[in-house]
Amino acid sequence: MSPILVLDDVSVKLPAGGDRSHAMEKVSLTLAANEILCVVGESGSGKSMTANAIMRLLPGGVTIDGGQILFEGRDLCGLGEAQMRKVRGAGIAMIFQEPMTALNPLRSIGDQIGEMFELHTELSAAEIKARTLALLEEVRIPDPALAFKAYPHELSGGQRQRAMIAMALALDPKVLIADEPTTALDVTTQAQILELIRDLQRRKGTAVLFITHDFGVVAEIADRVAVMSKGEVVEQGETQAVLGNPQHAYTRQLIAAVPPLKAPPARPLSDEPIMTIGHVSKTYRTGGFLGRGQRITHAVKDVSLVLPKGATLGIVGESGSGKSTLARCLVRLIDPESGEIRLNGIDLASLSREEMRAATRHIQMVFQDPFASLNPRRKAGEAVAQGLVVHGMARPQALARAKELFGLVGLDPAATERYPHEFSGGQRQRIGLARALALEPAVLVADEPVSALDVSVQAQVLKLLAELRQRLGLSIVFITHDLRVAAQVCDLVAVMKSGEVVEAGPIGTVYGEPQHPYTQALLASIPGREFGKGR
Amino acid sequence: MDLVKLYFRSPAAVIGLVLLILVLAMAASADFLYPRDPLALAGRPLIWPFSNPRFLLGTDNSGRDIAAQIFHGARISLLIGGVATVISVMIGITIGALAGYYGSWVDTALMRVTEAFQTLPNFLLLLVLVAVFGSTITTVTVAIGIVSWPASARLTRAEFLSLRNREFVQAGRTLGLKDMRLIFGEILPNALPPVIVYASVVMAIAILLESALAFLKLSDPNVASWGNLIGAGRDVLRVQWYVSAIPGIAILVTVLAVSLVGQGLNDALNPRLKSR
Repeated sequence: MSPILVLDDVSVKLPAGGDRSHAMEKVSLTLAANEILCVVGESGSGKSMTANAIMRLLPGGVTIDGGQILFEGRDLCGLGEAQMRKVRGAGIAMIFQEPMTALNPLRSIGDQIGEMFELHTELSAAEIKARTLALLEEVRIPDPALAFKAYPHELSGGQRQRAMIAMALALDPKVLIADEPTTALDVTTQAQILELIRDLQRRKGTAVLFITHDFGVVAEIADRVAVMSKGEVVEQGETQAVLGNPQHAYTRQLIAAVPPLKAPPARPLSDEPIMTIGHVSKTYRTGGFLGRGQRITHAVKDVSLVLPKGATLGIVGESGSGKSTLARCLVRLIDPESGEIRLNGIDLASLSREEMRAATRHIQMVFQDPFASLNPRRKAGEAVAQGLVVHGMARPQALARAKELFGLVGLDPAATERYPHEFSGGQRQRIGLARALALEPAVLVADEPVSALDVSVQAQVLKLLAELRQRLGLSIVFITHDLRVAAQVCDLVAVMKSGEVVEAGPIGTVYGEPQHPYTQALLASIPGREFGKGR
Repeated sequence: MDLVKLYFRSPAAVIGLVLLILVLAMAASADFLYPRDPLALAGRPLIWPFSNPRFLLGTDNSGRDIAAQIFHGARISLLIGGVATVISVMIGITIGALAGYYGSWVDTALMRVTEAFQTLPNFLLLLVLVAVFGSTITTVTVAIGIVSWPASARLTRAEFLSLRNREFVQAGRTLGLKDMRLIFGEILPNALPPVIVYASVVMAIAILLESALAFLKLSDPNVASWGNLIGAGRDVLRVQWYVSAIPGIAILVTVLAVSLVGQGLNDALNPRLKSR
């Protein structure tokens, strides 16, 4: 079949002064009708830049400085802005990662999809409405007539992404570019959206360029795959061949870093509990006047769990399941309404704020976002030493201890003098870990500690965490949405949904024979389940 | 220093800095160039500028040297501007930080007070304060500081609202940091840049407020301020207009300089806005 979109030695130049001169270097890709090509790579690999270059939507100062982008035989690089506008939407359409920001919050969904027809066709208003409704039906939005009138904030994340897909497919484009379309979605929603994209692509014969960082998604959806690293395509071929028998060292390294879904053999667990969580609840009330007409959200509802000494308890669930609220209750960033949190026999939930400040040294937290969790105006070493100083250590000793801790988490002890922005994401997460470990806590609460990291960095941080757990005898509460990650580090796992724990137990049992329908659905939704199971 | 390099990329910011240095130089050299009391009688009243080499900028209606008053006035204006700005920003930061950090009823109470100050025209409030406490240079300066803090309080509060739930603040809390340390040690340094930029606006306003007071002859008459000179020139405005115009130009240049420096700082501190 003749290719519909050809990238021939395309190079994209970055503005001077960056860490590299080109975002893309001599990238050659071909995309034929009726196939899904996945472009996969880590952050900074140039995969999103590829999508933007094709659409000619490059940021200011970034230019295409070599090669051709042939769409149906026409070089897009040579087109004027007016001609390019005709290609966008009608010839090549695009869907984005975050549908909430890609949609205009002040206009209804129907209005925004209808705009595609207004701009590119001569249809009458009635015809546009009929076509829009048909599209919404096609992307299987529940109750299309209602969704037509809805505003973006009234739809769920998955529904918004469906609306975006409807918009992209409005004019039957030859090529659909999907830039991480499921990354912001929950795993069960992700499975539905992937199935929808695949199904629509089959029926309409669209060529899809699918950009992702997730090898599970690749295994699930791709016909062919291209692996990018530092702006270059290092390997491409049939999905089966690349995933099953990777040739390039980088591809092999990436695939090896994907955590397999199978839990490692169970470790013996201590009978002695270090922390018991008993009937913890947290409710949010919003709006209303004097107690009337309030909206009540049960963020955490009667949760009881036990963390044995030295064990790792995973808490998994989708967004809104209350897992992060629970984590924050444990360290009293949020005050639980009822229930007790016994750490070494002391009920943290009943301590006053002053007493809790002293008790923080026994329970510490690692945060999700390595960029937001460090004060940009404080040196890394000081950030680590801070807790020690607050709890009474003299400053010079604390700074010396910070250097030791840097060594412990695999950072250069000399780097304590540097500011957070001088570190990479993975290194910052190590600093966050050092800060939490500085107080030698009995329990470490880790809230999605690796979900903002690339897969290879993620593997390193998980390995470090496992080493430290062994060495320091840490007990960990590990919050994650990623069941693969949970399988790697957790001894026990609790599945949360709408604030409640629906199933809990040793990870091998829960993954092997899930009892609750929701756990079964979660496990069934993991993209590329088969891929990686054999390893 | 990146900040310095970024600052000097903008020609307007450089012009502002040069003008500001010029005014500072005037203030610094006043005693050296015009060692006599600027408010002492120097010669015949109302000599036009450039007509007598002894009085380069002429004399005012009482026969005082205008050039000497301009040079000495630069000190007064900068002093009032600087001190009033410090007072105003300190009050603003404290109120804004407490309101933004604690939220709930603390926020409500402090913001109602702020709104009360904002709804009163600040010049009117200034007139009241000066009328009650008298018009020495100290009371004038403090009064200007007291009437001009609400905007910096709002700015600080807005920054605190967005920063207080950042993970690094939560991390500080899990380490057991006390509230005051979180507010002043962790959040404030991150909230400061827009407030510092806004301080330049406060300074310009403070200089103008003092001049306006002096024009109404309500400022301290015992110091050689630019506003006093303008006030004196009011009586002879239709013929000897230069008596008011020369200090007017000095005020214009100073306010312009301070504003340009503030704008330059703003662009340098927010490099992302610059590329547009």
